Amino acid sequence: MSTASDKIPVTVLTGYLGAGKTTLLNRILSENHGKKYAVIVNEFGEIGIDNDLIIGADEEVFEMNNGCVCCTVRGDLVRILDGLMKRKGKFDAIIVETTGLADPAPVAQTFFVDEDVQAHARLDAVVTVADAQWLSDRLKDAPEAKNQIAFADVIVLNKTDLVSKAELAEVEARIRAINPYAKLHKTERAQVKLEDVLERGAFDLDRILEIEPEFLVAGDDHDHSHHDHGHHHHDHGPGLKHYHDEDMQSLSLKSDKPLDATTFLPWLQNLMAAEGAKILRSKGIISFSGDDERYVFQGVHMMLEGDHQRAWKDGEKRESRLVFIGRELPEQLIRDGFEKIIPV
Amino acid sequence: MSDFNPLQEQESIVSVTDRVVPVAIGAAVTAVHFLGDTAVFVGAEEKVTLVDPAGAMSPVEVAFGGVLCSTSDGKRVVMGSDDGKVLSLDRDGTVATLATDAKRRWVDNVALHPDGAVAWSVGKTAFIRAPKAEEKSFEVPSTVGGLAFAPKGLRLAIAHYNGVTLWFPNMAGKADVLEWAGSHLGVTFSPDNKFLVTSMHEPALHGWRLADSKHMRMTGYPARVRSVAWTAGGKGLATSGADTVIVWPFASKDGPMGKEPAMLAPLKAKVTMVACHPKQDILAAGYSDGTILMVRTTDGAEILVRANKGEPVTALAWNARGSLLAFADGQGDAGLLEV
Repeated sequence: MSTASDKIPVTVLTGYLGAGKTTLLNRILSENHGKKYAVIVNEFGEIGIDNDLIIGADEEVFEMNNGCVCCTVRGDLVRILDGLMKRKGKFDAIIVETTGLADPAPVAQTFFVDEDVQAHARLDAVVTVADAQWLSDRLKDAPEAKNQIAFADVIVLNKTDLVSKAELAEVEARIRAINPYAKLHKTERAQVKLEDVLERGAFDLDRILEIEPEFLVAGDDHDHSHHDHGHHHHDHGPGLKHYHDEDMQSLSLKSDKPLDATTFLPWLQNLMAAEGAKILRSKGIISFSGDDERYVFQGVHMMLEGDHQRAWKDGEKRESRLVFIGRELPEQLIRDGFEKIIPV
Repeated sequence: MSDFNPLQEQESIVSVTDRVVPVAIGAAVTAVHFLGDTAVFVGAEEKVTLVDPAGAMSPVEVAFGGVLCSTSDGKRVVMGSDDGKVLSLDRDGTVATLATDAKRRWVDNVALHPDGAVAWSVGKTAFIRAPKAEEKSFEVPSTVGGLAFAPKGLRLAIAHYNGVTLWFPNMAGKADVLEWAGSHLGVTFSPDNKFLVTSMHEPALHGWRLADSKHMRMTGYPARVRSVAWTAGGKGLATSGADTVIVWPFASKDGPMGKEPAMLAPLKAKVTMVACHPKQDILAAGYSDGTILMVRTTDGAEILVRANKGEPVTALAWNARGSLLAFADGQGDAGLLEV
């Protein structure tokens, strides 16, 4: 397992234009935390803190020559990280700020496919800053904004002081329709605790603890709304309205019966190979028969990594849970495939 | 006592480890070059150290940022820094600034022409400055991955995404493009000027026969190829990236097309650096576990220069006469061997 703590953590900061990325970045850099950051930005000028390394990037995305069209990486990032790694010791962590229109997938995939990057740096989390006032509109007209929400491990819902309570509930519900699993923090002027956005270990297999949707109590299966497409929102217990997003969906699967590794792993690999272009993020904790250890996996599009994590604890419920977030997610195909590999 | 014993008791191969002059650079070394018999160890952090054959060190005080790239023609070392400077260092330790990027962007690549021209790149733009000529620049479609001068004439190969641009700075507007999908991160001409080879982001090399642009694919590496070197006379291209030194045959007019490479000096570690002797059929190989071997390319015979110390070898070079080998690892543990 590649979870060495001496690897430099990398936080990816995304968010649509004007959401407050730069405000958050300046907060991170100016806070008195005693750490030094190397910051990879696309636009010089708006930030500028002494002692930190600021590097300009070009957001050059290219396809890997491995026959997989969705397997894109950020070439400039490979080059910059390569240069930065020669100067290890000059900084403690790296922040990659993307432009407002960027797709986070190539950034994340860079950390999966490039062995030199993998040897020295680890992706910590994708943090998306969203504008409470305008996000609902952007989700309608900007596919990039939707991608950024779907991809996020942490969502900073900013500018909450500019909207009413009802509007805030509305935008939160819109976010949850796309990504029920991310940690969500509501802020004004990007005032979020730094420990809530940094050092999250969201891509660390060791730290995949639970994958319950963030806003639901146990037993409440959120994905039932997928069955009534014409009906766009319906009240859902206390508080949050429940939306269904036409483009971006999430799906969770569960089995109490232990799975067979020799049928589960090929199924998962084939699913990712065939449908990985649509599946943005995936995660799972798996109970295999005859195996006293939890198996965990996580993926970005077709990039999958998995390993045994730790022994099941006494009294811990040995069940398998999987979640997928994707664009036009082939829900029925995934469900049917999963049903077939559950041992009878 | 004067004769060294070639056979160590526990080792099956000849060892010259006891003849290495140890050099403690004390900080990560990213490259080593020779100016005559003086070894120049380039560190990542504002540090260059000149070392004479006896091991006496003289650090050079230089006020610049991190060194991102360096090259040498044996007369000077040219470096690109992360504060936008192109610098040269000569044998007596004098540093001169050759160019400064107006926006202080990273200088990612440098190259030297035998006639004294210097090339460097910043982002998508390659620059060239030839003696007694004005500075010229050329922009390619994406970030420059590598630069190399052709052995004859003033012609610069600029590697980038999806291919290589061959730029003739003295011919207005003229540039040929050799296309191949993917990201090309390093580039080299064969010494006979017949072939151009790039190292790619994926673990592979790509080559073109310059006469007809015919493609050559060199694949099968477990890791990205970071170090390449032409063997004496340009007969073969030695490469890192596998657990053996892979040497592609370039002696015939078809180059490596349809041929198997030689696989020399297998170890249970990856080759990280290769350096070929300038005159003889000998190369030096550095490994990810710190081992350094000298290998005869004709029969694969090996001599141990340095035992596995753990840290990967990051720098390896011969002097022009072929009498000295210098090496260093990522922790600054270095050495010189007189052959």
